[in-house]
Amino acid sequence: MKRSNKPIFWSLFGAGGMLSALIGPVLIFMTGIAVPLGFLLPRETMNYDRMLTFVSNGFGKLVVLAVIGLFLFHGLHRMYHCLHDVGIHVGAGLKAVFHGLAIAGTLATCYLLTVVG
Amino acid sequence: MANVKTYVRPMGAWWRRNPFYGWYMLRELSCVFVTAYAVVLLVGLARLAQGRPAYEAWRESLASPSAVLFHMLALAVVTYHAWTWFKVMPKTLPFLTLAGRRISDRAIISAGVVAAVMSSVLIFLAVSLASL
Repeated sequence: MKRSNKPIFWSLFGAGGMLSALIGPVLIFMTGIAVPLGFLLPRETMNYDRMLTFVSNGFGKLVVLAVIGLFLFHGLHRMYHCLHDVGIHVGAGLKAVFHGLAIAGTLATCYLLTVVG
Repeated sequence: MANVKTYVRPMGAWWRRNPFYGWYMLRELSCVFVTAYAVVLLVGLARLAQGRPAYEAWRESLASPSAVLFHMLALAVVTYHAWTWFKVMPKTLPFLTLAGRRISDRAIISAGVVAAVMSSVLIFLAVSLASL
């Protein structure tokens, strides 16, 4: 019997769901509202030098990879299952597209984290 | 074969037929914002790798009204996702026992919400201190 790949994608969906439930709102608030508007946090919090320092060490790289990679796997997996709810019939092809996009985004993040510094 | 005229129940706006369906769709909609936010960060990382001018242009674009509006919507919808995530946690986790008794649903949901609030406050404080 062929082994199913469902447990892998479901685990990544679950991990991304948990991470986004725990810290998604605070991350969106900080990077998308507080810092750009200079509200509660200074605008310079995310300046070039600080962000380069952050992604130059192993801990920073791990945080960025976990957030981008797991958010992508969570969001795209749920989006794939939503297609049924809006009346689009799904099959192996669409499944490959959605999971493939998450894999591609995660690999792109890995590549960028190695070249950035 | 001739066309068979079977009745197909229309799907149009089925989520408006019952408030429960509406809340379900709002939860599912969170995936669009979670994915889009990951893409925003991925683009930021790419701009950072390209160098200072590219990164500063990206940072400037985050302050535009449409970007701020997107993040405000994302904040609301992802916060709702977080609440639903913890609300179903008693069903998605295996049975947990403590001293021979099952941990109540209420305790599991509260633990999730408390963990989210505490980690958010800690991250915010850490970033505030680092930005001094």
